Amino acid sequence: MNAPEVKVGLEAWRGFAGGEWQTKVDVRGFIQKNYTEYTGDDAFLAGPTERTTKLWEELSVLLKEERAKGVLDVSADIGASIVAHGPGYINKDKEVIVGLQTDAPLKRAIVPNGGLRMVQNGLEAYGFKLDPKVEEAFRLYRKDHNMGVFDAYSPDILACRKTGVITGLPDAYGRGRIIGDYRRVALYGVDFLIKDKKREKAELDYVDFTEDVLRTREELSEQIKALNELKQMAASYGCDIGRPAATGKEAVQWTYFGYLAAVKEQNGAAMSIGRISTFLDVYIDRDIKEGTISEAQAQEMIDDLVMKLRIVRFLRTPEYDQLFSGDPTWVTESIGGMSEDGRSLVTKSSFRILNTLNNLGPAPEPNLTVLWSTKLPKGFKDFCSKVSIETSAIQYESDDVMLPHWGDDYAIACCVSAMRVGKQMQFFGARANLAKAMLYAINGGVDEKMGLKVAEGFEPITSEYLEYDELVAKFDKMMDWLATTYIKALNAIHYMHDKYHYERIEMALHDRDILRTMACGIAGLSVAADSLSAVKYAKVKIIRDEQGLATDFAIEGEYPAFGNNDDRVDQIAVWLVEEFMNKIRKHKTYRNSLPTQSVLTITSNVVYGKKTGNTPDGRRAGEPFAPGANPMNGRDKSGFVAAGASVAKLPYDAALDGISWTATSTPDALGHTLTDRVNNLTNCLDGFCSAQGFHINVNVLNKDTLLDAMEHPEKYPQLTIRVSGYAVNFIKLTREQQLDVINRTFHVHC
Amino acid sequence: MSETIPIKPLGEIAPACVDENGKLSGFVHSIETGAAVDGPGMRFVLFVSGCQFRCLYCHNPDTWKMRNGKLMSVDEVLKEIGKYANFLRFAGGVTISGGEPLMQAHYVGEIFYRVKTELKLHTALDTQGFLAAHLEDEWFDNVDLVLLDIKQFNPEKYERLTGKPLQPTLDFAERLTRMGKKMWIRYVLVPGWTDDYDDVEKLAEYLTTLKGIERVEVLPFHKMGEHKWEELGLDYELTNVPPPSQELIERVRNQFRARGFFVC
Repeated sequence: MNAPEVKVGLEAWRGFAGGEWQTKVDVRGFIQKNYTEYTGDDAFLAGPTERTTKLWEELSVLLKEERAKGVLDVSADIGASIVAHGPGYINKDKEVIVGLQTDAPLKRAIVPNGGLRMVQNGLEAYGFKLDPKVEEAFRLYRKDHNMGVFDAYSPDILACRKTGVITGLPDAYGRGRIIGDYRRVALYGVDFLIKDKKREKAELDYVDFTEDVLRTREELSEQIKALNELKQMAASYGCDIGRPAATGKEAVQWTYFGYLAAVKEQNGAAMSIGRISTFLDVYIDRDIKEGTISEAQAQEMIDDLVMKLRIVRFLRTPEYDQLFSGDPTWVTESIGGMSEDGRSLVTKSSFRILNTLNNLGPAPEPNLTVLWSTKLPKGFKDFCSKVSIETSAIQYESDDVMLPHWGDDYAIACCVSAMRVGKQMQFFGARANLAKAMLYAINGGVDEKMGLKVAEGFEPITSEYLEYDELVAKFDKMMDWLATTYIKALNAIHYMHDKYHYERIEMALHDRDILRTMACGIAGLSVAADSLSAVKYAKVKIIRDEQGLATDFAIEGEYPAFGNNDDRVDQIAVWLVEEFMNKIRKHKTYRNSLPTQSVLTITSNVVYGKKTGNTPDGRRAGEPFAPGANPMNGRDKSGFVAAGASVAKLPYDAALDGISWTATSTPDALGHTLTDRVNNLTNCLDGFCSAQGFHINVNVLNKDTLLDAMEHPEKYPQLTIRVSGYAVNFIKLTREQQLDVINRTFHVHC
Repeated sequence: MSETIPIKPLGEIAPACVDENGKLSGFVHSIETGAAVDGPGMRFVLFVSGCQFRCLYCHNPDTWKMRNGKLMSVDEVLKEIGKYANFLRFAGGVTISGGEPLMQAHYVGEIFYRVKTELKLHTALDTQGFLAAHLEDEWFDNVDLVLLDIKQFNPEKYERLTGKPLQPTLDFAERLTRMGKKMWIRYVLVPGWTDDYDDVEKLAEYLTTLKGIERVEVLPFHKMGEHKWEELGLDYELTNVPPPSQELIERVRNQFRARGFFVC
């Protein structure tokens, strides 16, 4: 194969160590040869400039207005695309980094390709009207992803959706969880990338035109068009991004344009930005060494970028917001981690991006994710802990666990899904409700709330007391059925998404040949594990209604609960994770994607709980599940470390899409002084990581603060808390979700 | 300072007890695996049950009766701690609290000995020291740090507050000084009970006569344990006592700081 014959970037690449990255797309190679590890502390950081503070204040006024209205404004007259809208600004004179999704800040675009119905419902809910021309186009001339999926769905899938044994499927909007390698735009310029894509397509000129090849050829053509549109969009802001970025500011701006094109075109559930801070640091560091910018200016660029990332918006329905708590976009940025050669990937810009939480105050987006390793420099670890204690806005994921699987240039999509940047994507698959599936096993496939027969061909348990072996055998079969139905649904969704709502620009910033994963998920793990533990170690009597349906359970005796580092039940949870994964692996997946699963609920643990009846662990009908892989609220009685140890037993190999744990501590419980707290949190993160723990959301909060924020939301516009896999603005949660958060185990100390 | 040396130490240590397998055992109220305010770093805290004191502000009255605890052998406790040993080795250590740990000194001493020799972890004892005179110096060889609760410095007020005399605690503090032990002094600040300016002055002054004090912790009184008194059918005298104000906490902390102590 011919390498692209392009000589680019001599001026742009001045002072960089050369290598293969100069002749073929290889951002990792560039980073490895050129980044400067920083092992010091946070003393060098600069506060916000006056300009930054003023601009953030202007934006805060709009944000307040948006909170009051739900949606500030919508561009309902035009379907979104990379070039659909002219340039937009918050305040043109004050912005260092420019570019908005539409022509005004917080004005949302409509993305009908994902699903016109979602657009219509979203508009209606907030008092806007769809332009009749857009509606007509979809009624008469083309089809959207949502229509395609429902053309293919089977009755069993529809029944599962209805009862909620499978929930959150991305069948009505963009699937998301795809990360374009936006850094490529800065490093190579768009012209180089277009030539490279043409090369990739030309390689397929003289092969058999199978269905796969044809699809790839069409996709490559779309990618090239999208790259041209990206260039055109940047030009409307006065930037020629055909060429590579030549300064730090250009590198930030070019990278952001790449990302902006993606969020103009797609309303994916999670639109992560990747792993950009250490990449950008190479440019910023060069500017500082060349004497063209100061630390304050370096910080200003990052602050400005983060301001932009904080106002990424999609038009959703209120039901969607209820499911996911507020208005999340999961602009996840992965920070730190180690290089394969043993250096850490921590740079000064790793500090700078976390410092935005100090300079602009806490916020849920971007979803700042530290790739933690016990080998990270102490100065960086302590800075992370300090920012966590002060803002509760950081999540941690174990680089020690992920690096052996994904190398040193992966990023997190959404909450916990690792993917090698530009070389891997996933088919996002929401999650199946294991707790409910267990009730189906007991009731022979009949839904305990609706009385509807959902799974065919199963016999109910008829004994007075649940018997462990019988329950496990029946549950195992029910999980087979669930996995089968689930994969059918996901195959339908992703086939149609590729067909009707293809991610042109995101995929243009990937290699042609990539790894695709089919990312399944499970909810209700601790409920299911505790239920089995109750049946095994206590006695569980079935209480049936007049129809003979098991609708309640009486527990006689005590049972060990998940979250106390007790193998008797922890191993049941491990078994559940491995068993369900094995069942998923048995199926054919769309585009031969690699099946994976997550133990992650985001905040839908509340909705899953609502849709699930009484369970054998003693949980009442409607009561929320624990989020992600968390122990059930209040049952982790042995403290924070024991709870973490239980969660850390869940095997990453059987949950390659991530395992989420959220832990909340009061500040006092972490130590009496700030130094003690920082030290203790750093040690806890090291300890969890050493125990093979995968992910932890750290909240350091007082319950009283949360209760006060429920009563007086106006006092807490920026109060941020971590939930399962991401952060939310506490005051944007529904009352139910707020109560759920407050009722979660707080690790306090008397 | 006049020293009174009782002919026979006050109080009594519970006799050693064994479980059905004949293993040395004791009564445990609960285990906390992630405590950060009971000694340096992250601590595995074993709360043993049993206490002769009846402190009016006690937030764990459910630990008073030794036999309300769960019987656990030393082996079982060691096994439990062992699960976290690698973590505790760099993050903190083991603290035994209560109740009053010295009530089960045979049991607690054996745990400290094995934690120290087998697991090689940092150890801390949280005590008011009332029963310490019953124990030989060697008993304390396996204790790296004593969290010493001095609940009042005025002997009458001390007795009214705790139901027991103050002097054994002071004797113990002086003995720890002689033994060269490290100490953290803990002082619970209760408005109307322990906040008198002069009482605090005298205590702070007294502490300067001791050695090995690494920090003084002024712990604000709270009522999180009040419901436990009700559940146990006990009268809680401090219902109307408010938690101390920030100003009061700072005033008291500053009284200790003025003597050069690290205070938090």
